Amino acid sequence: MKILHCPLNGPRNISEFAYLGEVKSAPFPDAGTVEWADFVFMERNPAGPVHEWWIHLATNYVFIVERDTRSDTVLGTYRVDDPRVAPLLAGQVAP
Amino acid sequence: MPFALLRNRRRPDVRPPRILPDRPALAHTYDVIIVGGGGHGLATAYYLAKHHGIRNVAVLERGYLAGGNTARNTAIVRSNYLTPEGVKFYAESVRLFKQLSHELDFNIMYSERGHLTLAHTDAAIRTSRWRAEVNKHLSVNSELIGPDEIRRICPQLNLSNEVRYPVLGALYHPPGAIVRHDAVAWGYAAAASRLGVEIHVDTEVTGILREGQRAIGVETSRGRVHAGRILQAVAGSSSRLADMAGFRLPIRTIPLQACVSQPLKPFLDPIIVSGSLHVYISQSARGELVMGGAIDPYPLYSSRSTLDFTEGLMGHMLELFPFLAEVKVMRQWAGIADMTPDFSPIMGLTPVENYFIDAGWGTWGFKATPVCGTQLAATVAHGRPTTLIEPFALERFSRFVQLGERGAASVGH
Repeated sequence: MKILHCPLNGPRNISEFAYLGEVKSAPFPDAGTVEWADFVFMERNPAGPVHEWWIHLATNYVFIVERDTRSDTVLGTYRVDDPRVAPLLAGQVAP
Repeated sequence: MPFALLRNRRRPDVRPPRILPDRPALAHTYDVIIVGGGGHGLATAYYLAKHHGIRNVAVLERGYLAGGNTARNTAIVRSNYLTPEGVKFYAESVRLFKQLSHELDFNIMYSERGHLTLAHTDAAIRTSRWRAEVNKHLSVNSELIGPDEIRRICPQLNLSNEVRYPVLGALYHPPGAIVRHDAVAWGYAAAASRLGVEIHVDTEVTGILREGQRAIGVETSRGRVHAGRILQAVAGSSSRLADMAGFRLPIRTIPLQACVSQPLKPFLDPIIVSGSLHVYISQSARGELVMGGAIDPYPLYSSRSTLDFTEGLMGHMLELFPFLAEVKVMRQWAGIADMTPDFSPIMGLTPVENYFIDAGWGTWGFKATPVCGTQLAATVAHGRPTTLIEPFALERFSRFVQLGERGAASVGH
């Protein structure tokens, strides 16, 4: 994996990007400390396809990458408002 | 041993004894099953048999013996950590390492070299002083030293101010040592099997059997095995195995790469580490320079090597040793590291009864091999964590009592 296709900037060198972590569902603000600790620290950390937050550092553009962690290949990159990742982000919005 | 070689030199029928017996048949049940045949797992098996009399133990290893991070680390042993919990733990490990060749009757080639952690910024000087004071308070030999003293200890080092990151000082830790890593694992394996521990290589665990909240055995590629207690010690696959057992870990799996140069005449005695330059270097007994750097920039389960890593590492190394510019890199490899949010390991109990864990060893696991063995053996034998490893419990994360060791990781991550 040397080139990442940024939804905003097109194909760019991997060194221009930073990994921000797995896409997880945030708990509601009034959730207990155990739920929050779980959200902050625990990882699914799968060996296989996973959706992750990445940032293009030069333009400060945050987006979602689908990646296979066994083969080091990118399966797709998505804008945050892409309907294909909408189900993943559903839990992110507080009521 | 050398005399046996001389005595038997004309006798082709005399073969050296095998270090390990052949792989035995898998029994139906064991008192303790240890998943993972690396240094930590083998050490635990040995101390279970030796200190606690639990000899009906099986070590299950997916690949070959000690072929994971035990074979891929850079073999450095030190105890100059930052938190009192960490310093106490690693100081005990250094003490055990020093006597390990005698204990196991197996030469682990322990070589005390001195360990210099270079500081290039005010912040690094501050952390070094903090580490030195915590270390001295706990009787660990560490000192913050200036450039003159560094020059005396390592005259080869480039201490010029005409570089991007001039050296301002260093944390000097005289007990820092390097050890033959394979010998540690093989020594433990041989000693453990002499005490009756069974070592099963090429035996992959494919599932954890549970009865309610209790673990009762494992499903393997060679059939189902029951066990009174189970310990997982599988760096690089910790999250996957924990997932089989039914709980999650605060771990990201990220490769750590390293490389060695062609062999050179011995010229570098101390171990040199620079956090700001992301590099650590030592010279092995074979004369190769063993070099490592920071972990890769993103999680991955593949131990591939990258040119980016070598390029960055060499650029930084040449700032410290410009005269090595003509030396060739001979081998490069990667190990799969379990990175925790606070740069401390996870040891002890899990949410599953009778199921114990040894994980989250990131880039610092080899130096803990003996102490991990004694403490986890006691933990598994008594069913509760020892005082030395209590602070490293998995449940520290749900109580927000992390153990920040990032400042003492050998290189900045």
